[in-house]
Amino acid sequence: MRRRQAIALLALVGFCIALYLWFYKIGIIGKLQCGSGSCEYVQTSRYGALFGVPVAFYGVVGYAVMFAVAIAGLQPSQLARRWPTTALALLSAGGLLCTLYLTGIELFVLHAICRWCVGSAVVMTGIAAIALTGAMRR
Amino acid sequence: MRPFYLLLALVAVVAGVLMWRASRSSGGDVPVAAADAPAFVTAADSAFPGYVLGSATAAVEVVEFADFQCPHCGEFANVQFPTIREQLINTGQLRWRFRDFPLNFPWSRVAALAGQCAGEQGKFWEMEDALFQQQAAWGRSSSNPTSAFRDLARGIGVNLDTYNACMDSQRYAGRIEASHREGMARGVTGTPTFFVNGRELDNNHFGSSDAFKNLVDSLTGKGRH
Repeated sequence: MRRRQAIALLALVGFCIALYLWFYKIGIIGKLQCGSGSCEYVQTSRYGALFGVPVAFYGVVGYAVMFAVAIAGLQPSQLARRWPTTALALLSAGGLLCTLYLTGIELFVLHAICRWCVGSAVVMTGIAAIALTGAMRR
Repeated sequence: MRPFYLLLALVAVVAGVLMWRASRSSGGDVPVAAADAPAFVTAADSAFPGYVLGSATAAVEVVEFADFQCPHCGEFANVQFPTIREQLINTGQLRWRFRDFPLNFPWSRVAALAGQCAGEQGKFWEMEDALFQQQAAWGRSSSNPTSAFRDLARGIGVNLDTYNACMDSQRYAGRIEASHREGMARGVTGTPTFFVNGRELDNNHFGSSDAFKNLVDSLTGKGRH
């Protein structure tokens, strides 16, 4: 139960970060609070969208699904079920691969780091670590 | 279990408040994208026609879609364009319109931003010259060449405070994207691509400034005997 709670909490944080970046991308937020980072440079690069859809939107959807699965898995009737553990492991593995790809683009192609993206990467790595170790133990 | 849900609610509320404040504090600088416009490209971005050099009454207009980091664009700008400017643009025969079409090079978009931010102060063509002339230096940089662009901007005499604010806020990212999308819609796949009075020029025609001169002559009737 603790694992699913931790994943739900992290997914909510990741969802908020992705939502913030998506709101910037569609013009609701005019300027990213990024300190001395390169958030806007990264977000406005050609890698900021995939198939015409902002990358941040994929993050919004991905984190929302992980959050929903974790919350569903916390319901008393589902606590003993294995499907939430498996689903979270698969979702987080996919999310981690996307995170690694996007971080690689930042480091080796754009040579610029978006602090919010780093925050999301840390969150995603945390979710994956919890979900994958949970799936292996059970 | 109940404290856990309270914690989730607290996180959601705090995030919501922070985003609401962020949208209020800076939303006025960048207009909300029009509902029928693509993401983060405003109507004003799409309406921007590009920077123009030459007489408004010139009979021939060339629209160039170019990328500041593209070597072919650099070669054209440094070798052929000075002659075209001197013989055709400055003599009122030709009007030249520059449109950004950033490709996949690492610094294409940041260079386009530098051009637009100089253009905001009436120095686009000076910055265009500087960017292309120094392309070999900054184009090979493995780190973000923003400071090199700042030096170029200083060299052409722009107000650096204004320029820096423009670059930091990525003020013209939407305009650049709009220009790119227009190029895509017109079938541009590489750079430089030229449209002469609305018709795409065959790539074989820009091998030399003489080719442009012959083209202008043919369009204005000077080439007829």
